Amino acid sequence: MIAHRSHIYGVIGEFEKPEQLIHAAEKIREAGYRYYECYTPFPVEGMPEAMGLRRNSVPLITLIGGIVGGLTGFGFQYWANVYSYPLNIAGRPLNSWPAFIPVTFELTILFASLSAVFGMLALNGLPQPHHPIFNAPRFTHASSDRFFVCIQARDKKFDLADTARFLQGLAAQHVSEVHDD
Amino acid sequence: MSAGQPPINSPEIQRLTPVLGPGHTYASVTDKISAIVLTRKTSIGWYIGFLLAFSVFGVMNIAIGYLFMKGVGIWGINIPIGWGFAIVNFVWWIGIGHAGTLISAILFLLNQKWRTSINRFAEAMTLFAVACAGIFPLIHTGRPWYAFWMFPYPSVMGIWPQFRSPLIWDVFAVSTYGTVSLLFWFVGLIPDLATLRDRATTKPKQIIYGMLALGWRGSARHWHRYQSAYLLLAGLATPLVLSVHTVVSFDFSVAIVPGWHTTIFPPYFVAGAIYSGFAMVLTIAIPLRKAYGLEDFITMRHLENMAKVMLATGLIVAYGYFFEFFMSLYSGNKFDVFLVNQRLHGPYSHFYYALILCNILIPQLLWFQKMRTNVAVLFAMSIIVNIGMWLERFVIIVISLTRDFMPSAWGRYSPTVWDYATLIGTMGMFVMLIFLFVRVLPAISIAEMRELVTETAEEHK
Repeated sequence: MIAHRSHIYGVIGEFEKPEQLIHAAEKIREAGYRYYECYTPFPVEGMPEAMGLRRNSVPLITLIGGIVGGLTGFGFQYWANVYSYPLNIAGRPLNSWPAFIPVTFELTILFASLSAVFGMLALNGLPQPHHPIFNAPRFTHASSDRFFVCIQARDKKFDLADTARFLQGLAAQHVSEVHDD
Repeated sequence: MSAGQPPINSPEIQRLTPVLGPGHTYASVTDKISAIVLTRKTSIGWYIGFLLAFSVFGVMNIAIGYLFMKGVGIWGINIPIGWGFAIVNFVWWIGIGHAGTLISAILFLLNQKWRTSINRFAEAMTLFAVACAGIFPLIHTGRPWYAFWMFPYPSVMGIWPQFRSPLIWDVFAVSTYGTVSLLFWFVGLIPDLATLRDRATTKPKQIIYGMLALGWRGSARHWHRYQSAYLLLAGLATPLVLSVHTVVSFDFSVAIVPGWHTTIFPPYFVAGAIYSGFAMVLTIAIPLRKAYGLEDFITMRHLENMAKVMLATGLIVAYGYFFEFFMSLYSGNKFDVFLVNQRLHGPYSHFYYALILCNILIPQLLWFQKMRTNVAVLFAMSIIVNIGMWLERFVIIVISLTRDFMPSAWGRYSPTVWDYATLIGTMGMFVMLIFLFVRVLPAISIAEMRELVTETAEEHK
C-alpha cells in the first residue's frame, strides 16, 4: 500500500450541483479527513464554512500595504520638501501638509491594491504552472460546469479503496484516482 | 402589445426583463462566451472594423511622429492658450475611463447584479481610455523625452518634483488609477483565462491562456482568498475612482483663472466623468451585443439601467453648470461675471450652446421609458453625450484661457489639422483595442455569469 501511495495524489469525485458539493464537503470533514480540496467553476457561497476554512490573511496584508503606502507617500514628500530640497517661497511653511494629501492618498491606494493582489496570489501559491490535480481525467470541467472534490493521499485516513467507496457513498460521479506525475 | 399584458412598468415586466435570459446553465454560459474567443469564425465584419480602426490608429502615429519631429508648434496652441486640444482630450478620455471602475467597484459593493455582464468590457474600456488619455500629457510637454522628470527619482540634479502642484498630483492619480484598474481587470480575468485554457483547441492557445491563468484551478481555498482580494480591491477602487477626476479638476480649480477657480469643480467633474463613461459603455455595448448575439446577457434591463445612471449624472452636471453660473454672478467678481458673459456671447458661444444642447437638453428624453428602451435612441444619445462632454472641456479650457484678466492677454484659439488628427487617431486606437479585446479575451465574465445562473435559478424556485 505504501509503495502504491507514492504514485497517487488522491481520489477525485464529481458533482453536478454546488449544493451537492457543499453537502459532500461537510460529510468529508465529519468523517475526519483533513487534506482534501474542493474545486469549483465559481466561488460557491457557503463553501468556506462547509470546509471549515478560517478567515484568510488577505485583508491584513492589504491593511499593512495601505499603511506602508500612506507613510511612504507622506514621509517621502516631507523628506523631499523639508530636508532634501527645501524651497523657501515667501516664508511659507516647508511642511505644507495639505498639499501632500493627494499623493499620500494615491500611494495608500496603490500599495494596498498591489498588496491585496500579490498577497492573494502568494498565499494561493500562484503562479504554479502544474499541479497533480490537472491529471484528473475530467478536470477541465472544473472551469466550466462541474464541481469536484479531491481527498489527498497524504491524509492519515486515506485508503485508496475505502476513500473511493466513501466518495461513491456521497453520490459522487466519476470517482477516480489522481496520479502524482 | 396584446391586450392581456400588464402595463410596461409593472413588477411582472421587471421580472420578465431579467439580467440574464431564461434557460441558461453553467455549461451554456461558458460555451456561449468562450466560443466568441475560441471556436467561432472571425467574421468579415470584425476584419473590416479592425482594419478601419487600425488605419485611424496609423493617423495618430503619423500625427505624433510629426509632432516629435517639429514640436508643439504644429498645433493650434499659442500664448495665452497653452492648453489646447491636448488637455481637452486628456480630460475627456480620462473621464470616459471612469465608468469601468465605477461599474466594477461601486456597483459591486452595492450588490447590483446587473453589473455582471457589463463589467468586464467596461473595465477593458477604462484601461483603453486611460491609455488614450495618458498619451496627451506626455506629448503636450513639448519635450516628451523628459516626461520622466514628473516622477520622483534620485536624479543627478538633486531636485524633486513639486509635490505642491496639482500637475504632479495628476501624475500620481492617473498612474495609480491605471495600475489599479489593470489589477482589477486582471484579477477578474484569472478564472476565465483558466476556462479558456481548459477549452482551448490548439497548443499555442493552451500555452498562452495557460500562462496568463497562472495555474488557476478553482480550488475552494483559492476562491476564498480571491473573493477577499476582489472585495478589497472594489473597496479601494471606489474612493480612487472618485479621487481621480477630483485631482484632474484641481488642475483647473487650484489655478486662479476666471471660470476655473471654483469649489464646485471636483464633484461636477466626477459626475461628468461618470456621465461620459456610461455613454461610452452604451456606445460599445449596443453594437457588441448585436454583433455577437449577446442579447441574453446584456439585456434591455442593462441598457435601461445605464440610461438611468446617465440621466442622474447628467442632472448633477446640469446642476454644476447652473451653480457655476449662479456663483459667478452672485459673487460680483467682475472677472467671473465677464466670463459668464463671454460664454453666452463671446466668440466661442456656439460651443457653449452646443454643450447645453448635448449634455442637458437632449438627454432629458431619457425620462421616458420608451426612449430608454429604444436601442437606436440610446446609441444616438450615447454619442451625443460624449460630444457634449468633449465640448464641456473645450469650453472650460479655451474660453477661460482666451479671456484672462487683462484684455492685452486675450487671444484666440483655432486647432490645426494635426490637433484633429491626434484626437481622431486616439479614437482609432481605442476602437482597435476594443476589437482586439473582444477577439482574444472573454468580453463578459464567465465565472460571474455562472454565479448569476445559480442566483437566477434560486429566484425562479
